[in-house]
Amino acid sequence: MYTILEKQILNDAVKLMVIEAPHVARKASAGQFVIVRIDDFGERVPLTIADFDRNAGTVTIIFQEVGKSTKHLGALNAGGKLATFAGPMGHPTEIKRYGTVICVAGGVGIAPVYPIAKALKEAGNNVISIIGARNKGLLFWEERIRTVSDELIVCTDDGSYGRKAVVTEPLKEILSAKNISHVWAIGPAIMMKFVSMLTKEFNVPTVVSLNTIMIDGTGMCGGCRVLLDEGAKFVCVDGPEFDGHKIDWDSLFSRQRIYLNEERIASERWEHICNLDKAVSGDNPVRNKSLNVDKDK
Amino acid sequence: MTKQERMKIPRQEMPLLDELIRRGNFEEVSLGLPEALAVKEAERCLQCKKPKCVEGCPVGVLIPQFIKALREGDINESIRVMKIKNNLPAVCGRVCPQENQCEGNCILGKTGEPLAIGRLERYIGDYELRRRTCPMVKPHDTGKKVAVVGSGPAGIACAVDLGREGHKVTIFESLHSAGGVLIYGIPEFRLPKPVVHSEIDYAVQCLGIEIKTDHIIGRTITLDELLEEYDAIFIGTGAGLPNFMKIPGINYSGVMSANEFLTRINLMKAYRFPEYDTPVRIGGRIAVIGAGNVAMDSARCAVRLQKSMGMKSGEVHVIYRRSCDEVPARLEEFHHAEEEGIIFDFLTIPVEIFGDIDGNVTEIKCIRIKLGDADASGRKKPVPLANSEFTIDVDTVIMALGTSPNPVVFTNNANLRRTNKGTVVADNETGRTSRERLWAGGDVVTGSATVISAMGAGKRAAADINRFLREGDVKK
Repeated sequence: MYTILEKQILNDAVKLMVIEAPHVARKASAGQFVIVRIDDFGERVPLTIADFDRNAGTVTIIFQEVGKSTKHLGALNAGGKLATFAGPMGHPTEIKRYGTVICVAGGVGIAPVYPIAKALKEAGNNVISIIGARNKGLLFWEERIRTVSDELIVCTDDGSYGRKAVVTEPLKEILSAKNISHVWAIGPAIMMKFVSMLTKEFNVPTVVSLNTIMIDGTGMCGGCRVLLDEGAKFVCVDGPEFDGHKIDWDSLFSRQRIYLNEERIASERWEHICNLDKAVSGDNPVRNKSLNVDKDK
Repeated sequence: MTKQERMKIPRQEMPLLDELIRRGNFEEVSLGLPEALAVKEAERCLQCKKPKCVEGCPVGVLIPQFIKALREGDINESIRVMKIKNNLPAVCGRVCPQENQCEGNCILGKTGEPLAIGRLERYIGDYELRRRTCPMVKPHDTGKKVAVVGSGPAGIACAVDLGREGHKVTIFESLHSAGGVLIYGIPEFRLPKPVVHSEIDYAVQCLGIEIKTDHIIGRTITLDELLEEYDAIFIGTGAGLPNFMKIPGINYSGVMSANEFLTRINLMKAYRFPEYDTPVRIGGRIAVIGAGNVAMDSARCAVRLQKSMGMKSGEVHVIYRRSCDEVPARLEEFHHAEEEGIIFDFLTIPVEIFGDIDGNVTEIKCIRIKLGDADASGRKKPVPLANSEFTIDVDTVIMALGTSPNPVVFTNNANLRRTNKGTVVADNETGRTSRERLWAGGDVVTGSATVISAMGAGKRAAADINRFLREGDVKK
């Protein structure tokens, strides 16, 4: 079991947790991910590594509450335990001195972009960061990103904070004005697609970090496969970073939708259990054990 | 009892769960021999002076001896004899392809039905699981440390034998549960998971073996780092990387590897969604490609899921390029699959998968073939028939075409010799690899094979590691 040492609420939907996991912390690098499983009934959820501290033996994860598992995770508190915390998985980001680079992050993608921007900055790159979200309430870590960037542009779709724009607008202006060697883009798949289409026009190499459906995270299931120009690749072991210009995005979008219905069922069931628990005990939501009998049968 | 009398006793059939009932659940199909039938079956053994059955067993179980003890009523002795060579009898009795091994060699089979050795092995294995009469004892600690990578059949067999020699063994497992393919691959109805957990837990507790789950060797720790800390390493990481056909359309939603399908069901218990969080999505028309054990397991899981989801008119096809005579699956699994209503399309090869505008699979185009001359492997080569194209409407396609070793474990280990298929080059008798203090065995060396052959390789490597630790110089 792995202990949750700290929990922070970054905004309405996004939470941060620091997990005690020395075996992962000692090898973790920017760009890699972990597999988290809450309890014996839980699914294996891939989450990118937002930060790590080798000396303290801790790994920081940041997640947006979208489905049952992330809502359940968000309901846990410091001192709580996780059944599985495995990793680090995937290849680390290739960090070297590229010149001037742009790190584009959308929504919860701000979290995994932070260690990459930090490592790029430490390697001597001139780092321009663009972070965006639908509205002000969904932004976080602005100051943190600023400390590892030479220039930071913040935008919101609705203009409630920073510039009223989607991230591709400032990106296009910078690409037109400056000589950029490399772009990283992490966020919703649709954002990564549009960033990649734009940078292709400017012929700037672009790395995206994919978060597809996967189970084990070690190359065993193949559920995470994406189509590239050269054929199918596994996100878990060949990625999670890929050349954004080579990805068949439409295939990726359709594969992301496979389990939408089941996600809705699980999420509604979770809300229902939480409501029951609240009605019965007034406590924080915990999984109603009475619904999960004879677990090893 | 005379030899003639023994030969007159018919082979005792194992009771089975009714084929209509079992299609709707994941309960174990073969129910095991009751005591009276087990003893009667044991009476059939002729106690050959030169037992051919033992030659057919990859781990050399002392078959006539364990059967003799069983029929003489000394079951504890029978278990003790079994455990000299095989620590997981309840597992092997269920999943070994006995018809090609011990039972295939049985002299009774020349004129009639061979002795049901597998059923007897399972009988004493199950007895031991309930009674625990024969604990393994850890001898004096040798002070030597061995890392075993992977907790499947090869790794467990190797770890247990090394533990019995008094070495300190640590097993590293990438998943959250030990057992490898016994846990993620083989379904509940063929090998109940409590049997696997119980056999493994018992062995590791008796011998003080440590299992570290959530450790992906190659990522969490590399082999080089393990070599600094341990005197020897055994790699038993199996063949976990699924192969997909090189045909158009494999990325449509609804096309998955048998590994994904079975892992969702067995490891993650998706058949009990939403009580368990992991779902599995299947449709009413399923095609499983391949006809090995993994294909049978997938097809039989698919039937059960369709029924438990309340589908009235589900159809599961197994598409195989050779004929029913070449089916590589264990005979019992093939028969059970037929009984459960699975449709076999033999002499058929898929050539393309089609999908709709939303990216969901809709049909699979196949061609018919005939079997030509034998190829290099001795198997008849499929030859396509002209103008034989046809399509099958499907909403789910499961690829069960074999697996390759997962290369993650070899990260930063370029100097470990491997074949162009990705398997490790290791000596068949000793498991030694091209690197000192590094042994390997099981599917990671042979490519996908059987549980028992992996156990055999694990045991042979354990014997050689033990020799090395006791006699060889440990740190160079």
